Amino acid sequence: MSTLLEMRDITKTFPGVRALDNVNLEVAEGEIHAVVGENGAGKSTLMKILSGVYPKGQYEGEIIFDGQRLNLRDIRDSEDRGIIIIHQELALVPQLSIAENIFLGNERSKNSVINWHETNRATEALLAKVGLVEAPTTKVGSIGVGKQQLVEIAKALSKDVKLLILDEPTAALQENDSRKLLDLMLELKAQGVTSIIISHKLGEVRYVADSVTVIRDGSTVSKLSAKSGFKEDDIVRDMVGRDMTHRFPEHKRTPGDVLLDVSNWNVWHPEHIERQIIKNISFQARAGEVVGIAGLMGSGRTELAMSIFGQSYGKRISGEVKLNGNPVNVSSVDRAIDAGISYVTEDRKVYGLVLDETIRFNTTLANLDGVSSAGVIKRNMETSVAERYRNALAVRTPSVFQKTVNLSGGNQQKVVLAKWLFTEPDVLILDEPTRGIDVGAKYEIYNIINELADLGKAVVMISSEMPELLGMCDRIYVMNEGEFVGELDAAEANQERIMALIVQE
Amino acid sequence: MVDSETQELSSTKPAVQTKSIGHYLSANLRQYGLLLALIVVMVFFQIVTDGTLLRAVNVTNLLLQNSYIIIMALGMLIVIVAGHIDLSVGSVMGFIGALAAVMIVNFDMNIYLAGAICLATGALIGAAQGYWVAYWNIPSFIVTLAGMLVFRGLSLLLLEGQSVGPFPREFQIIATGFLGDFFPKTIGEGLASIFAVRQINTVAFLSGIAAAILLVWMGMRKRAANIAYGVEEEPAVIFYVRTFIVAAALIFVMYKLSQFRGLPNVLLTMGFLAVIYGFVTENTVIGRRIYALGGNQKAAQLSGIKTKRLTFLAFTNMGFLAAAAGMVFAARLNTATPKAGFALELDVIAAVFIGGASMSGGVGTIVGAVIGAFLMGVLNNGMSIMGIGIDYQQMIKGLVLLAAVVFDVYNKNKEA
Repeated sequence: MSTLLEMRDITKTFPGVRALDNVNLEVAEGEIHAVVGENGAGKSTLMKILSGVYPKGQYEGEIIFDGQRLNLRDIRDSEDRGIIIIHQELALVPQLSIAENIFLGNERSKNSVINWHETNRATEALLAKVGLVEAPTTKVGSIGVGKQQLVEIAKALSKDVKLLILDEPTAALQENDSRKLLDLMLELKAQGVTSIIISHKLGEVRYVADSVTVIRDGSTVSKLSAKSGFKEDDIVRDMVGRDMTHRFPEHKRTPGDVLLDVSNWNVWHPEHIERQIIKNISFQARAGEVVGIAGLMGSGRTELAMSIFGQSYGKRISGEVKLNGNPVNVSSVDRAIDAGISYVTEDRKVYGLVLDETIRFNTTLANLDGVSSAGVIKRNMETSVAERYRNALAVRTPSVFQKTVNLSGGNQQKVVLAKWLFTEPDVLILDEPTRGIDVGAKYEIYNIINELADLGKAVVMISSEMPELLGMCDRIYVMNEGEFVGELDAAEANQERIMALIVQE
Repeated sequence: MVDSETQELSSTKPAVQTKSIGHYLSANLRQYGLLLALIVVMVFFQIVTDGTLLRAVNVTNLLLQNSYIIIMALGMLIVIVAGHIDLSVGSVMGFIGALAAVMIVNFDMNIYLAGAICLATGALIGAAQGYWVAYWNIPSFIVTLAGMLVFRGLSLLLLEGQSVGPFPREFQIIATGFLGDFFPKTIGEGLASIFAVRQINTVAFLSGIAAAILLVWMGMRKRAANIAYGVEEEPAVIFYVRTFIVAAALIFVMYKLSQFRGLPNVLLTMGFLAVIYGFVTENTVIGRRIYALGGNQKAAQLSGIKTKRLTFLAFTNMGFLAAAAGMVFAARLNTATPKAGFALELDVIAAVFIGGASMSGGVGTIVGAVIGAFLMGVLNNGMSIMGIGIDYQQMIKGLVLLAAVVFDVYNKNKEA
């Protein structure tokens, strides 16, 4: 078998971060090649380079495709050469029909007038190829996610595809839709289409892939081939195995009584009312304890936290939340805050901060009553409060009158923490508290978390970074597809065990 | 960061002061630019109209003419800061004027009762529109566009296509009355002889001086507190120059008013409302929450702010103020016409945007909106005195609006 694609020594840096460091990827003609790695390992960045999102000049290294050196200018350029990527978030227009979507930007037309007859006929042929039984005129918005995925593949096939890239194609699919999609990939392989699949699910990697490249922290760790036989254990080890010394502050904790007690928590999707997002979850957190929730993106961690925090996500929410043994009303955000729960959101720029406003403005936002009397804000008191938290959390700025948009990621995160600490919570739920901030700032955030636990607060920490959970938590719940699939004590937890719980099907 | 350090130094080392003042000015160009633009425009028209613009009677007129726009701009500022827009205010204003006319002129209703009913109806209209925007997530553009048509139609229906008037004297004085001079006549005459003018209304004259003193005192107090708390403050020179200009302008305007008929009732209403709304937006919890809502709705919601209720209240308040403006307008014209308030919403919205508010919400001040309204008012007035046709007036106003917003966007891009 000849080599279709070779990416050599690809290095890509973003300001302050080296996302890819001499990555090598070799894909043989006619095979299905899996690229696996943790969230943030650099898989998506690599695929963005391959599909022209980052054009030549924005990265180092070279790409040889079909015997030629590639210098891609943009996405269009890569598509013209037959490299087609299907993203996790589908790029379809729901208001348009299947046929219109398939030929969007590539319309069957003469003199700019669309030939509908030809469009629909070609669409039927493509739909037959991917095994989708729908009329070409059906609106894409009216079919399910699984079928939409097939439309995306049909769209790719309409463009004379040589290399098909699927970015976590089954992440949003149900079991049997996933299986269908994987079978389609095998069928396309039989027809001579080469594919790259990016996936976390090792079961499906084993099912379809001929070879596997493991990426970790922006470098290629290993390349395994189906012929020589690969075990899931090997892949898991390669995915997570990294040095863990001294990245977390040394700390001893002595948890007290159960503080937060959530039982039989069920949540349904706010729009697709039949989809259950959180399935009967129960968990506890003790005073002075840091509890982790591990799981991949999309496993429902954020949805769990947000539904507990004032029903900010989901419909038909049921279950009970107790604090110190007493049931509390968490049906709205202000009630949850009053009860003593704080939720430090995942994406601080979207959910956490009013970016155009100052540190002072943001610090007091969740507890304006704490700096006002009779509805009038006491500016000087507010300034002192903001100053106090700025000093306590070591936010590095000249004053509390800086707009938060100008702060670094780590400092922004500290301001969000300050906002929640000023509500004087008993329970803090931290969602990806260190995402996108540098190692030094992470260490400081870990220290803050430890101090909070020492003050007798219960900390629930959601993170995609397993080392962080292992380094910080007393106990870790493992979550997958809306359920808790395991619970590990700090002593018995390691990355292999967590990953094994997640990938088991 | 470097900026603020040089600024701190500047208070002790005059050597670097000029540079840091330049920095400060360019960093706050928008704020000062607006005030400067108003002054430039006034000076320009003062010259080209041979001094007509700032004659006592014209200054009085200028205030009366723009009072209803300013009253509505206060509410519009809040709606826009909250991230919405209200296109219905012109129609609602006209409708309330019509309602007042029908109740007072046709049915001889007591004017206080009628006034209360008008204000309540305005609030109710605002609430009805706010309900769809806040609780049904219908875009405010659509809801208030519908409201604009509905209330335009209702005015026609109510007035049966006719103008209704005149209003009784007690109602007219809302808009055309003046605060009487309760000081002994001799003081006014004495002042008049000192300044060598025909007459002086002592109340207006002294109010101007009192307001200027109050303004300076409050400015100094705030500045002192800010310095004590280490707040980045504007350089001393700029503070004193700015405060001096504003105080002088205040005294000047009042002095002009005192030479005509004194303080218009409308100015008192308007001034009172502007101070209240300025205070609410800047210093209260609810004001703060509106800025948070407009700045980042998701973050506001997740901080425990009841964003829907706030949106609802913003529109209710807008309806209330549109009703107040409607009564002022009707009283001023002394009649309610089906055309009243036609396209006025655009002047109100333009004033708010010229005053520095952002289309995407979260940014804008009451002071800015008021200055923006005056800027438009002076343009209107000055061009009318010059005899420039309505055609050119419209074009010039349009270009001023565009220029103001382009300036904002340019500044923001430069910042980033």
